Amino acid sequence: MSANAERWVCARSRRLSRFIHLSGRAALSVLRSPSLEKEAFKTGIMRGSYTLRNAQERPVCMTNCPTLIVTVGLPARGKTYISKKLTRYLNWIGVPTKEFNVGQYRRECLKIYKSFEFFRPDNEEGLKIRRQCALSALNDVRQYLSVEGGQVAVFDATNTTRDRRRTIIMFAEQNGYRVFFVESVCEDPEVIAQNIVQVKLGNPDYIDCNSDEAIKDFMKRIKCYESSYQPLDEVLDRDLSYIKIMDVGRRYLVNRVVDHVQSRIVYYLMNIHITPRSIYLCRHGESDLNIKGRIGGDSGLSDRGKEFAKRLRNFLQEQNIKNLKVWTSQMKRTIQTAEILGVSYEQWKSLNEIDAGVCEEMMYEEIQERYPLEFALRDQDKYRYRYPKGESYEDLVQRLEPVIMELERQENVLVICHQAVLRCLLAYFLDKTADELPYLKCPLHTVLKLTPVAYGCEVESFCLSVDAVNTQRDRPENVNVQRSTEDALQTVPAHF
Amino acid sequence: MELPQLEHTRLRRHDSAASVPQFCNSPTMIVMVGLPARGKTYISKKLTRYLNWIGVPTKMFNVGQYRREAVKIYKNFEFFKPDNEEAMKIRKACAAAALKDVALYFTKEQGQVAVFDATNTTRERRAIILSFAMEMGYKVFFVESICDDPEIIAENIRQVKFGSPDYADRDIDEAMEDFTQRIDCYRASYMPIDDEKDRKLSYIKIFDVGSRYLVNRVQDHIQSRIVYYLMNIHVTPRSIYLSRHGESELNLLGRIGGDTGLSPRGQKYASALATFIKGQKIIDLKVWTSHMKRTVQTAEALGVQYEQWKALNEIDAGVCEELTYEEIQENFPEEFALRDQDKYRYRYPKGESYEDLVHRLEPVIMELERQENVLVICHQAVMRCLLAYFLDKPADELPYLRCPLHTVLKLTPIAYGCKVESFFLNIEAVNTHRERPLNVNITRNPEEALQTVPDHI
Repeated sequence: MSANAERWVCARSRRLSRFIHLSGRAALSVLRSPSLEKEAFKTGIMRGSYTLRNAQERPVCMTNCPTLIVTVGLPARGKTYISKKLTRYLNWIGVPTKEFNVGQYRRECLKIYKSFEFFRPDNEEGLKIRRQCALSALNDVRQYLSVEGGQVAVFDATNTTRDRRRTIIMFAEQNGYRVFFVESVCEDPEVIAQNIVQVKLGNPDYIDCNSDEAIKDFMKRIKCYESSYQPLDEVLDRDLSYIKIMDVGRRYLVNRVVDHVQSRIVYYLMNIHITPRSIYLCRHGESDLNIKGRIGGDSGLSDRGKEFAKRLRNFLQEQNIKNLKVWTSQMKRTIQTAEILGVSYEQWKSLNEIDAGVCEEMMYEEIQERYPLEFALRDQDKYRYRYPKGESYEDLVQRLEPVIMELERQENVLVICHQAVLRCLLAYFLDKTADELPYLKCPLHTVLKLTPVAYGCEVESFCLSVDAVNTQRDRPENVNVQRSTEDALQTVPAHF
Repeated sequence: MELPQLEHTRLRRHDSAASVPQFCNSPTMIVMVGLPARGKTYISKKLTRYLNWIGVPTKMFNVGQYRREAVKIYKNFEFFKPDNEEAMKIRKACAAAALKDVALYFTKEQGQVAVFDATNTTRERRAIILSFAMEMGYKVFFVESICDDPEIIAENIRQVKFGSPDYADRDIDEAMEDFTQRIDCYRASYMPIDDEKDRKLSYIKIFDVGSRYLVNRVQDHIQSRIVYYLMNIHVTPRSIYLSRHGESELNLLGRIGGDTGLSPRGQKYASALATFIKGQKIIDLKVWTSHMKRTVQTAEALGVQYEQWKALNEIDAGVCEELTYEEIQENFPEEFALRDQDKYRYRYPKGESYEDLVHRLEPVIMELERQENVLVICHQAVMRCLLAYFLDKPADELPYLRCPLHTVLKLTPIAYGCKVESFFLNIEAVNTHRERPLNVNITRNPEEALQTVPDHI
């Protein structure tokens, strides 16, 4: 292996430590024996067959080679919705992912969108520009996956012709990427109309049109693609890895899933839905330990906490939610909060607060006194820092992944949890980075209502007007291990 | 990746004790569909084993078994000819009997999932099952296995049919010949699930041993998990090696938990393990450890790349971490007794239970299913959970499975189960296995409590 490739391999392995976290593994020790990896890649393709088929000669590809997800489908089939959601999910679980929307590139190139005529199959000028844009996007994909250490790139475009897909496959082969197609097929005119209304009307392309004009133009745009659309074919494309999503998830066709990432992507895609619903997130009512400024533990509600629970009950009744599911952790304070609601609820151990290990039930002042070094290290990298004999936010995210998956499957849910847990869940829904996550503001006695809308999530915050201590400790200015006690305790919120 | 924490969904009702977890509201029938030798029983058994392990009470109902009990002696394939009226009557009766037992399982035994393993190749048969389920309020999920690769089918027949009671007295060629004609009997009337006509049904179609899947109308959580599981299993031959870390310093002192390094004997074991693994000449072996020193040190001696999983960490003994059993008895005698009463569900204060461990290990199992040759270096309680999954041990037996130090277990899937080979690598180590004592009453005296504690320094 050339020296450059070796260095690339070592650099990859450091970045791979994020990918490996996918399944709870820590940093991989340096990759050795590249030939082993090649073998592993080969057997990966041949899963489930007794006879070894002749794989085409492919360049050396590590077992954890980057994945290129390629969307396929007519306009208004939910490709961008899926791309964005998938990207958000993969980033949240620690797989560096980025989406590349070819429409964006086209908008940058063209500046002004006139009409659907641009998309006519006989518009040579248009075709040239569109091809250019696709290649430009692929170039950026290469930059992201091979140079910047990205793990997954989502190539979001119609990719409706076999020809275009062939180009992408060749590009991926040249660069050692695995390709996974995600095709969305839908013929339900209501769903398509709904999509157009939700996301196309707000689109820069139609900024100066009124709704009717925009819809008419967009329908003609779709027509331009229809005649040349070659869906993934069960026979012709039997060697490709793909999932075909039909009728917004009523039916799926899954072909040749070759590795772990693809398996997880398929599982995720099969669990999401677009039925309108809301997710309510809140913390337990104020607890006795909260009042004392102590972290963790398993205490019961203070009087104010109980008052909050009562207000929460009224709030929910006012919201008039259909079939609300209520989830709590297995700690007293969330259970007590739910009990006051007087409805049935489910307890999840996964929703338990972050385990602060040796620091459980301490005040920040005590942590500074007993473990000043740990305290500083935590401020330096709050996301990855793991309390001795405890957990990190990173561990929390891992632990919460099944909760997220089940939240995706469900409809209206109220989750009564804890500060760190709420931060992790919120970061998932609002696409916050690992740096921001541990500092998201999740005050007591406040309910967040999240409603999926267009490509994202609408957030409404309801403070239920019951006083509570503030438990938010922002990152202090000085995170140096030699800092003074005042510097360390600069941002500790007031308590008894 | 973890899947939802189902075993801790305790629906709280003000009145009920509700200690049985509620995963799904109505019972689910999984109905297999496919010609003979398509892997239906293989899938049924595996799925049943998996669901039971994660805490979903599941039972398999193999209609062929009912037929063998009704007919006693199998003569030849003529029994299965579509024009054999006498046989048709018997076969129909067997299916009906099996359905009756399914209903009993759900109502009397609190079952959650029943796997109805039969060919179910005609629309008529499936219609009978569907109306039965509708009448009883059960959900139905079909699993159809479609395969036309003659090599795979031949391999299936070799692996499982020759051992079948039907062919106990035949030689291989006769059996093969007869079985092939048996398949032909079904072929003519085989109506696969139709994507158009059956679009309202919930099903997964598995093509060619998993190279392709068609999934239609997944209704709920349990079906979603079943689909995920089915999409991750494979039949490529491989072996899974399970071992504990080498003897640790705390092991020697008779202390549980903690995060110490290897003792000198433990180091020797690590080297012996390296030699053993090399001798096995395994293709593309993946090595997994936990995040704890003792497993990592063991893997280091192998000199190959390994991956660390936090999920493989030993059970957290909470307040009892690093104590000896004697100290636990002294400081927490009631807890000690409660643990002996129900070792599977008992959770250490501020720690975990075996039940929690199983939940934690589910993603490990899922990834083990996806992988091929793997060596897992883990811990006693963890290894018991993994072993229970592969060898289909129930929750009562799981916490008492024998997993001694310095012994490698090699598991090789064959036919419908798992072959186990045990390799003791000849390096002495303390015994860390504590059997259930006779007296588990909280009023017992210290001698009775410590009756089964193994020796230590």
